[in-house]
This record gives sequence, C-alpha cells and structure tokens, in this order.
Amino acid sequence: MVSTVKETAEALPGVIEIAWLIPVIPTVCFFLIVFFGKKLKGKGAEIGIAGIVAALALSIPVFFKTIGQLGHKDFHGYSKSVTWMEFGDKEVLELGYRIDGLTVVMLLVVCFVALMVHIYSTAYMKGEVRYTFYYAALSLFTGSMLNLVLANNLLQLLVGWEGVGVCSYLLIGHYWEEKENSNAAIKAFLTTRIGDVGFMFGIFVLFFAAKTFNIQAITEIVEEGHISNTVLTTAALLLFAGAIGKSAQFPLHVWLPDAMAGPTPVSALIHAATMVVAGVYLVARMYTVFHASPDALQVVAIIGAITMLMAALLALIQNDIKRVLAYSTISQLAYMVAALGVGAYTAGVFHIWTHAWFKALLFLGAGSVIHAVHSNNMSDMGGLKDQLPITHKTYLIGCLALAGMPGLAGFWSKDEILTGAFDSATHGSTVGWVVFISASLTAFLTACYSARMYFLTFRGNPKYDTSHVHPHESPAAMTTPLILLAVLAVAGGWIGLPGSWNQFAKWVHFGEEHAVFSFPVAAFGTLLFVGGFALGWAMFHKGKFRFDIKKSPLAWSYKLLENKYYLDDLYMGVIVRPIRDQVSRFAYWTNQNILDAVVNAGGAAALGLGKSLYKNVDQPVIDGAVNGTARITGKIGDTLKFFQTGNVQYYAAVLFIGIGISVAGFLYFN
Amino acid sequence: MDWITDWGLTLVVFLPALGAVFMALTPKGRDSTIKFWALVFTGLPLLVGLLMLGRYQYSDGGFQFETNLRWIPSIDANYHIGVDGIALPMVMLSLLVTFLCVIYSCWHLPEPHNPKLFLALCLLLETGMTGTFVALDLVLFFIFWEVVLVPMYFIIGLWGGPRREYAAIKFFLYTFFGSVFMLLGFLALYFQSDPHTFDIVLLQQAGVLSMTKTAANLIFAGIALGLAIKVPMWPFHTWLPDAHTEAPTVGSVLLAAVLLKMGTYGFVRIAIPILPDAARTFAPFIGALAAIAIIYGALNCLAQVDLKRMIAFSSVGHMGFVMLGIATMTDVGINAAVFGMVAHGVITGMLFFIAGSIHERYHTRDIPELGGLVLKMPVMGGLLAYSAIASLGLPGLAGFWGEVTALLASYNPLEGLDLTWFRTFMVLGGIGTVLTAGYFLWMLQRVNLGKVPAQWQDKNFADAQPLELAAWVPLLALILILGVFPKLILDVTNPAVVELTQLLTR
Repeated sequence: MVSTVKETAEALPGVIEIAWLIPVIPTVCFFLIVFFGKKLKGKGAEIGIAGIVAALALSIPVFFKTIGQLGHKDFHGYSKSVTWMEFGDKEVLELGYRIDGLTVVMLLVVCFVALMVHIYSTAYMKGEVRYTFYYAALSLFTGSMLNLVLANNLLQLLVGWEGVGVCSYLLIGHYWEEKENSNAAIKAFLTTRIGDVGFMFGIFVLFFAAKTFNIQAITEIVEEGHISNTVLTTAALLLFAGAIGKSAQFPLHVWLPDAMAGPTPVSALIHAATMVVAGVYLVARMYTVFHASPDALQVVAIIGAITMLMAALLALIQNDIKRVLAYSTISQLAYMVAALGVGAYTAGVFHIWTHAWFKALLFLGAGSVIHAVHSNNMSDMGGLKDQLPITHKTYLIGCLALAGMPGLAGFWSKDEILTGAFDSATHGSTVGWVVFISASLTAFLTACYSARMYFLTFRGNPKYDTSHVHPHESPAAMTTPLILLAVLAVAGGWIGLPGSWNQFAKWVHFGEEHAVFSFPVAAFGTLLFVGGFALGWAMFHKGKFRFDIKKSPLAWSYKLLENKYYLDDLYMGVIVRPIRDQVSRFAYWTNQNILDAVVNAGGAAALGLGKSLYKNVDQPVIDGAVNGTARITGKIGDTLKFFQTGNVQYYAAVLFIGIGISVAGFLYFN
Repeated sequence: MDWITDWGLTLVVFLPALGAVFMALTPKGRDSTIKFWALVFTGLPLLVGLLMLGRYQYSDGGFQFETNLRWIPSIDANYHIGVDGIALPMVMLSLLVTFLCVIYSCWHLPEPHNPKLFLALCLLLETGMTGTFVALDLVLFFIFWEVVLVPMYFIIGLWGGPRREYAAIKFFLYTFFGSVFMLLGFLALYFQSDPHTFDIVLLQQAGVLSMTKTAANLIFAGIALGLAIKVPMWPFHTWLPDAHTEAPTVGSVLLAAVLLKMGTYGFVRIAIPILPDAARTFAPFIGALAAIAIIYGALNCLAQVDLKRMIAFSSVGHMGFVMLGIATMTDVGINAAVFGMVAHGVITGMLFFIAGSIHERYHTRDIPELGGLVLKMPVMGGLLAYSAIASLGLPGLAGFWGEVTALLASYNPLEGLDLTWFRTFMVLGGIGTVLTAGYFLWMLQRVNLGKVPAQWQDKNFADAQPLELAAWVPLLALILILGVFPKLILDVTNPAVVELTQLLTR
C-alpha cells in the first residue's frame, strides 16, 4: 500500500463512501441495455436515463459535501481504494477514487450534460437504426468517463480513457452503412491511440520514478522534489501527448471534424463537453508534474496557442454547421490548454465548465436545426428564426456565450484566461505574449464565426427548398435540454465572477493562486467580442465588406484553409496509405519469399538428401542386410500412407541421423 | 478427498487419453456415443482441475500436487509432475479450451466426417498439452511435447483446407526440427549436472550445474531454438499462418489457444530458470526478435485477405508481447507474459471459433468479399467486434493487461540488461499497438460493417447457434472478467513468478 496517501482517518461521509457507484451504475446499465434493452417499451432508453439520473443524484451530494470541506486547511480530498492487483514484490495497483474540487466539478459537468443528451436523444434518435445499441454505448461512455474522472491512479484513468475512446469509435460510426462514417470512426480511434501510446509511456516513467500509479502519491513525491527535472519533463511531455490526441490539439486534431459523422447528440456529449476535455483534465489532474517542469509547460502553452488560432480560422470557412462547432471546440479546448500552459490553472478548468454548457447547447441546437431542415449545411438553412423559436433563442444565447458577450458564461472564463496570459506576459514570459496575442486574435475570430453561424442559420432568407421542407420546432424532449443548458450558458459563469465572490476558485485552484481581475483586459475582451460579432454581422448578414476571396490575392490562404492546411493529405499520403498498402505488402512479400522460402528450401534440401541417400546408400548397401526389417517398415509405411502422401519418413530419418551425429559430437568434444 | 492432491494431476493428464481408448473401442458410426465419451473425458478433467483450484495454496509460490515416481531408472528419468502458479493457469486453459472445442464439435465437425478419429485425436492432444505444462522432468516434458505433434499433424492433414498436407508436414517437421536441438540441450544439461539429472526443479538449484559460459550459451541456444519455433518467434513463424489457415476450426483454436503457449512456457519453466546467466546474455536478442515480431506481425496482418490468416499473423504479434515480457526477466515482465498467454488463449481462440463459423456459413473467408455481416448476423458480428476489440488491447478486457505490463516491464528490465535497447523495444511495442488497432478496425470495417454485398443479399445465414454459444460463452465471459479483475490470474502467478525471479538475481 502506498504509505504517502493519507486515508481520511475518520470514516468517510456516507455519500462519499458509496461514490464508487457513480461510474458503476451507468456501466451496469450498459450490460442491462445490451441484454434486455430491446425487449423493453422504451427500447433501453429508460435504463440509460435511469442510470444517469442515479449517477447525477449521487454526484450532487458528493459535490456539496466536498466543497463544504474545501475551506479546511488539511483537506486534500477524499480517497478510497481496494487492491486491484499485485505484481512482483511490492507493486500494487489500486482500484479506487479520489474526490476533490476538480473531481466534483467534472462530475457535475459529465452527469448533467449526459442527462441532457440522454433525454434529447429519445426524440432525436427516434426511429433511427440501432436505437438500443446507441443507448447502450451512451451508458458505457458515461460510465467510462466517470471512471476517468474519479480514478485515483493513472492506470485506472487510462482504462476509462480508452473506454471513452472505444465508445466514441462506436458512436461516430453509428451509421456505418456508409463507408465514410466508419472511416471517420477508425480515424478517430487511431489518431487518439497515437497520443495514448505516449500517455502510456508517461505513466511508465512516473511509475518507475515514484514507484506508484497513485495520483496523489505522485503529486506529493513530486512536490517533495524527489524526481529529477529531466524525468519530470519527459513524463509531462508524454502525458501531454495523450492530451494532444484526446483533446484534439495540433497536430493530432484532424480526427475531431470527421467525428461529426456521428449523431449530433453524441457530438454534444463526447466531442464537446466531456471526452475531448479529458486531455485538459489530465493536464490539470497531473498539474504538479507539469508545474515542476517549466519547459513542458511552455510546450503546452505553445501547442495551445497554435491550435486555437488555426482552428478558429477553419471554423470561419465551414459550411457544415457541425464542422463550425467542431473547429470551434478544437479552438476552445486549445484555450484551456494554453491557460494551463501559462499557469492560469483555475481559468483553464473554469473554461471546461463554462464551455461544456454553451457548446453542448450549441450542438444540441444544431441538432434541432438539422432535424428541421434535414441538412447539415448552412447553405440549406437561413431564416429559421420564426419556425424554430425556442431553438433560435437558445442558440443565440449559445453563440453569444461562445463569442464572449459580457455577462454570459463564456465571457468570464475567457476573460480569466486572457488575464492569465497577460499576467504571464507582463512578467517577462515570451510564451505568455504568444498566448495572449493568439488568444486575442482567436477571441475576435470566435465572435466573428459565431455571428456568421447565427446569421446564416436563423436570419436572412430561407435557403432550403421551401416547397418540400417545412421546418417546425422540435418536441419538448429536445427543447427542454436546450432551455436548461441556455440557463447555464448564461448563469454558469456567475460562480466564477472575479474577486471575492469567486466560488469556483475556492473549489479548483493550484497552490495559493488568486483570481485576478484586470479591468483593461476585460474591456479589451469586450472590444474583441463587439468587433468580431459586428464584423460577422456586417459580412454575413448585411453583405458588407464581401469580396470573392478566391479571386483576390488571398486566394492561396483560402485554398490552404479549404484543404485544412493539407494535414489530412499529409497523414494519409505519407503515413496511412504507404503503411497500409505498400509497407504491409512488402512485409508480407518478405514473409513469403524470404523467410518462408528459406524454410521451404530447407525442406526441399532435406528431401533431396533423403532421396539421394535412399537411392545411393540405403538400397544398394543397407537394404540387402536388413531386408526383413525394411519389409516390416514398409508395411507400417503402407498403413500410414492412408493418412498422408508426404515424405515425413525421409525427413524424420535424416533428422534422426542428425541427432545421432550431433550427440556423438557433443559427447566427443566434452 | 486426498486423492485429488495425490493423483488429481495425473488424472487430469491421462483421463483424456483413457477417453481416447474408450472411443477406439466404440464401434464406428455411433456418433452420439462417441460425442458423449468425448464430453465426459474432457469434462471430467476440467472438473478435477476445478476441484484442484479449490485446494491450491495461492500464496505459495512452489510446486503443488507433486508426484515424483521413478520411471526409467537407467537414465534417471522420473515421472515428476506438479504445478505452480505459472503452470496452473496454462493447465486450466488447456482443460477449458479442449472441453469447449468438444462442445463446438458436437455442433459441427469438419469433413471428412469421422468423429471417432477426430475427437480421439483431440483427446490425445489434450493429454500432450496438459502433460507438457505439468512435467517437471525434462524427458517427460520432451515426450509430452512430441506427443502433441502427432494428433495435431493428423488434425491438420486430414481435416484441413486445400493445402492441408503441405501445412501439416511443415508444422510437424519445423517443430520437430526445433525439438531436436531442444533435446540436445536437455541431454547436455543431463551430462553437465552433478549428480546427473533430468529433474527441472533440481537443475534450477544452485551448484547442480557447472559448466563454462560458452557451453551454457550453446545449450541455451539449442533449447531456445526449439521453443522459439513453437512460440513462434520471428523469423521462425512461417509455419504458423499455413497451419492455422489450413487447420479445421477446432485445430486452429487449440493451436492458438494452447499449443503456442508451450513454447513460451518452456522459456519460463526451463530455459530461463535453469540457465539464468545465458538467458541474460540472450535476453536483448529475444527482446529484439519480440519487438520485430510485434511490428512485423501487425504489418503482415494489414496485407492479409484471408480472415484466418490475418488472425494467425496477429498471433505472431501477440506472442511478441509475451516474449518481450519474458525477455525483461523481471517479475513484472514474467507476470505479464503469463497473463498475456492466458489472454491470448481466450481471445484468439474465440476469434478462430468465429472465423470458422463465418466460413461455415459463407464458404469463404476473404475479407473483401464479406461485408455487412452485422446486418446478416447481429450476434455473430457483435461477438466478432467484441473479440477483435479485446485483441487490440482495450483496457477493461483481457488483452490489455498482458500488453501494458509487458511494455511497462521493458521500460525497466532486469538490472544489467541494456536500458536503451529495451526502451527501444518498448517504443516499437507501442507503435505495434497502434498498428494492431489499425488492422483489427480495418478488418471490422470490411467484414462487419457497410452494406451487404449483392451476392449475400438473398442468402439466409443462421445467427450464432445454441451449441456455438455454449462453447463460446465461457471464453467471452473470461475476456471480460480477466479484463476487470486481472487479479484472478496475477494472484495465482505472482508468488511463483517472485520465486522464479529470485533465481535470476542470485
């Protein structure tokens, strides 16, 4: 047992004691749905919903219990574990959970968004193929995600991490009759898996440095300074490789836009609010390791800075509404990553929280629109304001929250991140400047593409075929989640108001960090929002400042964006296709024509030798002497011939002669 | 019920052979009687095995249920058998898988129809396999090792696919070729030990063997070659795809689930503990071959068209992980190896079962010809996906633990082994896991998903049948149970592995 983990001396509060049920219930629901779902009235959806309601019902008291303790000085979170397995003399792997401020915040996010998506899907997925399996996968996803969040050790976290990955694969490929959808699923799984290998190696490095997988124990050992800087940097960068894959950061972000092939509620849950933030969560969870290595943190910040801008630019030119949201998600995740990179820990986690509400809202809203016009393309939308009143209002709130309108959820977290970057920059960090500038440009672009998305979808003239498509508002099962999420997209940020009202910073903080508020930065952020949104409005609603970019001197840049910086082509052309089609075939060629040829040649040579011995030695020389024996052997041979027609006898004879010679030789030389 | 402690193991080994005799005495044509005897004589050993599990002392790392009788005094060969935490999982695996194969055979037997011979050979095979895992005497080990060859040779050669004769002879001779060197090694061990002995336990004791470093290395190389062909390690693996592709379903299952493990087991039981110093010299080479096998196996899988052949090549990669674990010579690595053997046994056995059942219905195993299988047979397709995902090492299913711990071990191999090399192997293994995921998902995409091709649209395929499911459910359950509770295996193996690794560091 790892001695450094201090189990809470007194018995854990009742609800904490049974917190292990939180991930277990949805996981059990998965099996129930798989085995019994189809026979039920709700085709399994009711089990899924009941499971997630139970998980949420447990999470809420866990949340309050925990934040009630967070003020206490000696409180480092609750933890409880059993031995999962032992190997060697000393190594122990536990199965357990750890509950602190970061955990409970994530619990609420995961459970609440999952519940919204479960309810929403009853209407959205109605009549779709594999409805029951869809709910089974959602339940398994939720269970795995909750396991990831609660895990007290890195291997257990990896189990949840891969579990959500495989559910993501299953759900992206839900409509697998079309090959491109299953392609997208495979791409998502393999791309993230590349990062996961790094993550796994990072776990190894930490394990052998700290002699434990336990996160709290590793944290303490790192804090005590027992691990060298090189090791920490290596470990942090390897862990970050996992985060790059999972949280779709450059250069492994390419899978997330394709992942939009899955049903839209899946995108809301997995590819916006929960799974994709797992990478950010990992960095936050292991922040001590990152914090101890300034080099690693700089890499984190730079990757974030590159990704946010790169993705925001792509979001600006998409026609598919889900792809706008996908690139937006990449960009916003990069915001979180960069925040952690510049040391704005609370701000980064706070953005997980606010982003979850407004981005889930946007995805579900987009689903409602898609439901109405039967197309993902904004070129088939427009003017939907009146036909979809609830969707419209909630979507507008989502767009404004994303764009960073003061007062709404997105504003507060974005402001904190900008402040954090600015703070780092003014303390002499070049990387701080890079992040600040990139984040500012991104904020401007975000407001711009949010406006573009809103106006192209809901305002202007209808672009769909009005004679065939008659959009109407979605049923209550879909609009209710929209309304609830819209409330959170407005009010969700209020728990993180700057200054002494800031509750969030009390729940989630690293060291003695203060939530800083800088009026100039807030004003600057507001300016970026107003400017970006106004530009989007002017360009895409009013038709001002429009020009045909394809014929302008900037045509090359458009081409670059249209081709997604050619990264997909690079990966497919240089890595995937060569390995899949050429390297693999060459390997098989060597197998058949070199390795196996040697074996066959050996066999043929032995056969030849045998035949020649038979002809030249056996028949003329020995046969005369041992004719009687040979006749018996021949009889046996005849019988055996029934079974096969090969020449085993010859080979065997040659081999036995070989043994004899070798044994004699060995004995002689000894 | 002390007879279990004294004779349980012997019963487990020889009951199937006795069953084969019973079946030989049953007149041909009475198929149901023959199937009944086969079920009884694979079921009983399994039952005895389960009873032994109840009596096994799990915290004890030594040998249990030992029997040691004089057998051939003139060469000091004894009937010495016993199990420790390394052998026990292997024995149980053999007992279970053979029993399940018999159940499967009750549903479907390969052509030409001859249940009497086919099932009798399966039973003989079981005796050989379990015998290999319990033998604590080199002569006994060798005999059981060779006993396995004959039934499998006939199973492939008589009931196999179009190229069955080539595959059967290749299987037989290649393994036999290796066993010759192994036997030479055993003889050398005998003559180098003082007092002369074939006893595996005695040979492991300090001071029993005395020889020069070169001699030890030569002997190790001989034994290792014989074992390596069986595993099979790269580049000695070329018999495997042919044998697997041509063998009837049950033959492939037994081959993958149990026979391959005889090779890796031999390393853990004989080669490494008896010759630890030579093992240390060879470990980097073994590790290198293992890492090559992982990558090479995966690349070959990508190039395969035949489903069974692809699964066969996937075994090359998976056994690479097992050998990598062994090559680290650490407690973590050897635990990983034993876990990996069991996991590969249940997962790949399952994959071969499904591949066989698919072939039974479609009469083809060509991956590009299949497609939309889930639409035709939801249960079968679901099980194929489940097994494939288990095989690619998803955490929470059995395949994960063997691989991740093998890689973990190669980050930090036994002291004295080259860190740079082993960490390179680790990275190669990591890349291998990505490639593995790649070929399995690609296979699933082409076999399971997509629309049903025109040629199958009007065909009606019966989804998984009750007897098929009866044979599969235990494996399917084990894949999940071992994935969630790896402790079930590791609690058995760890004490024995710790004892073993103490031999390596002394």
